[in-house]
Amino acid sequence: MRNPQAKRQSQIITMIVVVFVIFFARLFYLQIIDTSSQISANNNALRNVTQYPARGLIYDRNGKLLVYNEAVYDLMVIPGQVKEMDTVEFCKLIDISIEDFRKNLNKARRHSRFAPSVFEKQLSRETYGQLQERLFKFRGFYVQPRNLRKYPKPVAAHVLGYIGEVDERTIENNPYYKSGDYIGMSGLERFYEEYLRGWKGNKVLLVDVHNREKGSFRNGLYDTASIPGLSLQSTLDIDIQELAELLMQNKRGSVVAIEPATGEILAFVSSPGYDPNLLVGRVRSANFRKLNNDPQKPLFNRAIQAEYPPGSTFKIPQGLIAMQQGVVTEHSSFACDQSQVGCHPHPTVRNMRDAVKVSCNPYFVSAFRRIIQQNKDRNIFIDSRIGLEQWNKDIRSFGFGERLEIDLPHCRPGLIPTVAYYDRVYGENRWAFSNFRSVSIGQGELGIIPLQMANLAAIVANRGYYITPHLCRTLNDTIIPNRDFIQKRYTTVDPEHFESVVWGMYDAVHEPGGTARRARVDGIAVCGKTGTVQNPHGKNHATFIAFAPMDEPKIAIAVFIENSGFGGTWAAPIASLVIEKYLTGEVKRKELMQEMINAGFMTTKGH
Amino acid sequence: MREDKGFLKNVDGWLIFIYLVLVIVGWLNIYAAVYDENHSSIFDLSQKYGKQMLFMIAGFVIAILILLIDMRFFMNMAYVFYGLSIVLLIAVLVVGTRVSGQQAWFQIGGFSFQPAEIMKFATCLTLAKYLSSSGVNLKNASAKFVSLIIIFLPTVFILLQPDMGSALVFTAFILVLYREGLPTWYVWVGFAAVVIFVLDLLVPFWVLLVILGLATSVLIYLNKKTFRNIASAVLLFVAAAGFGYVANHAFEKLEPHQKDRINVLLGKEVDLKGVGYNVNQSKIAIGSGGFAGKGYLQGTQTKFNFVPEQSTDFIFCTVGEEWGFIGSTIILGLFLVLILRIVFLAERQRNTFARIYGYGVAAILFFHVLVNIGMAVGLLPVIGIPLPFFSYGGSSLWAFTLLLFVFIKQDASRIAF
Repeated sequence: MRNPQAKRQSQIITMIVVVFVIFFARLFYLQIIDTSSQISANNNALRNVTQYPARGLIYDRNGKLLVYNEAVYDLMVIPGQVKEMDTVEFCKLIDISIEDFRKNLNKARRHSRFAPSVFEKQLSRETYGQLQERLFKFRGFYVQPRNLRKYPKPVAAHVLGYIGEVDERTIENNPYYKSGDYIGMSGLERFYEEYLRGWKGNKVLLVDVHNREKGSFRNGLYDTASIPGLSLQSTLDIDIQELAELLMQNKRGSVVAIEPATGEILAFVSSPGYDPNLLVGRVRSANFRKLNNDPQKPLFNRAIQAEYPPGSTFKIPQGLIAMQQGVVTEHSSFACDQSQVGCHPHPTVRNMRDAVKVSCNPYFVSAFRRIIQQNKDRNIFIDSRIGLEQWNKDIRSFGFGERLEIDLPHCRPGLIPTVAYYDRVYGENRWAFSNFRSVSIGQGELGIIPLQMANLAAIVANRGYYITPHLCRTLNDTIIPNRDFIQKRYTTVDPEHFESVVWGMYDAVHEPGGTARRARVDGIAVCGKTGTVQNPHGKNHATFIAFAPMDEPKIAIAVFIENSGFGGTWAAPIASLVIEKYLTGEVKRKELMQEMINAGFMTTKGH
Repeated sequence: MREDKGFLKNVDGWLIFIYLVLVIVGWLNIYAAVYDENHSSIFDLSQKYGKQMLFMIAGFVIAILILLIDMRFFMNMAYVFYGLSIVLLIAVLVVGTRVSGQQAWFQIGGFSFQPAEIMKFATCLTLAKYLSSSGVNLKNASAKFVSLIIIFLPTVFILLQPDMGSALVFTAFILVLYREGLPTWYVWVGFAAVVIFVLDLLVPFWVLLVILGLATSVLIYLNKKTFRNIASAVLLFVAAAGFGYVANHAFEKLEPHQKDRINVLLGKEVDLKGVGYNVNQSKIAIGSGGFAGKGYLQGTQTKFNFVPEQSTDFIFCTVGEEWGFIGSTIILGLFLVLILRIVFLAERQRNTFARIYGYGVAAILFFHVLVNIGMAVGLLPVIGIPLPFFSYGGSSLWAFTLLLFVFIKQDASRIAF
């Protein structure tokens, strides 16, 4: 060496060269010698097969199965791997035309050349069996097992909801979902999607040149197991649900029954409904279109989305609020003065109990006037503002005008008119009690959903509180989905004011002159209140709320039937039959039941 | 014709050629790595490959500007560059944008800039300028001290970001010091430190002590058994054991993900779905390329997003998968020729500044290639630093362009001196 620096120069060069030689050797090892990672070098391919978890089953409150899964098979394709093949044989195997084949393949290609797409959905077990044996001839195709929902009984469609393929927006917003995955679209399926769906797993398989699976890649080192969804115990009692749906056939309306002590919904009917089995599998989209175009709107969930004025059932909270505010007592009486509002012939009303029993209109107009105009200001307009504001606080504590946080999507809040509302309609300080007198008796600017009416029945049954009505009892038998579902919500009305109203509701069913005599059930103290909703577009709507037995009530119920006339005629018997079935286990009044089943009110259109 | 050739006069054709090949092939590979059928034009500016094209064009402009400027400009401005870069490093800690836990970027509109990249260039210039000034000799303690300060001052701020990868790059300058006469035992101490550190992680502390004890005994046995030799050996043993102890504690202080990465590399933990995932997928992708590769845009491992950071730190995977052994060795070979050519040219410089600067450029490029490709083929732990000229990103492409072309300019002006 000439000098130390030249020596160091050659040392540095040697080191650089040595490092690169090591890299060359390493690449030689990885790419030429170590065949274990040469997946595609021999035209082998790795296939990621998603392990779909079983979706959680749904049971009723007595453990009867409502929803289960059935295996079907999706035919998947990775367009980049498709090679020349016998298309005719292939199409024959899965029973599609050559045009469909081309269409499906092009669609998959547009999605991605390298990622799998669904080629044909939900092959039957038989088709799958035939295809399986010959699949090796068709490179790029493979079968992905899936679960479909099945319903042993064709009931409770609006509660259970349905599942469908995720849309592009969901896929973009939530990385869990991939194209072709199923997701809850409505009902409990949607609300409890994250619990029911479980968690997908992944299995990496080696696939050879003939599209045959060569087993697990590296002994399943990269596989993840799927986690099954949680089972869901619903609060529904499938027996009375079935009866209620039967009774509601050929009628538009709703039935909601609640266990007052727990807020658990026992029956939840929106009529007309549909068989949930219609929205499953390959027939789903065709049936969905049909149901969606049906003028009777079977997909519309009336029980939580249809807002109606509540009719005379509204007299119950009105009376209670009047007593709580001290503007009337349970002994107050008002003359049946029909100068401002009509009434029907009835015996003299001596007190609140009588007023509820015979549903006297002038009585509640007078009571509501006292609520609204308490002479807190000399100006009648300002006085009405103060009164309406206080009344709003009270009536909203009954769950009216506010969204009940039921575990179903798209529940409507309904409408309770506020000061701001009338300011908008009439102008500030240009309205007083006379402008909304009809609200006294549940007509006019009111929007109440059937669920809220059933909740009202539960409030009276509980003498002053409710628990948010809900449809899921437990997940996996242990998890209570929401703390709200065990929390009592008190109204602003004290329990002692409820007695006169409860007795009035008892009389309405059991005493001569009562409006709801058709709701009697032998041996059971039923308390009920009818309502008839004036309908400017057609025949009046009938409504009825009830609970039973009078002491320690087990069931509270609301029935709403569009265009059926007086509430006592149709709504009351239907409620009483459901009560009878729930409390005694059977219906003894077969004739009444048949009469109700046969009745139909769907001929007149409009709502 | 003389006018046209003006700024290309005397430039080294090899370097320019390899630079252009690497940058353009890099761009094509970014396109392959993040290929998306919905944005299939390589000129789509909403995609990484479209942006890289703009970075590339800007890089060419920078290169031409450098060739037009008098070479003495950079030499004279070295300390100014250094000072400004340090200020930027401090500023980024205050007003920088936090991206995945690192405060390493300035973000101005859609444009982001990493000052650590420009710091490499400034440090290279400054080190060259300092060591080439008259009266500075690495045999003197003060010169060693100042050189080490120049090299490691930036790493303090970079580690605060914290960006271990970029900070480590500065250790490459030790190579330059070695070339310029740093005593050999410095390098040996550094090497021993690394060995002890690795052993430290692999075996319990008492085993390390036994190994060190054995090594000391061998040392004593092999040398003359004078008191002086034995005493030095024992002192050495104590120092090594002390270092091992401290290093062990320092390791415990590392970020968990860095600890994991080192552990995976050493084979202590095999968790292929977690930390080892990147490396393992990277190896599979490269391995699956085989001899001739799957062909351009045909890679499945990278397409299916098996390999993370495909366009930046793991860009070499795409090369390995789509171009196979042939393609990867050609790219690797180009880097080797590039680095050796710089070393060769550096040695033929007549002025010391240009020589030292050239070694600095070679050392930085070598370190980047060593760590980046070493990581992709599973020989080194995952440390995120880009592959020069190849990885996606404006800051790093421009910094490497700057580094290289200032050297090309020095080399082209050599006749003038």
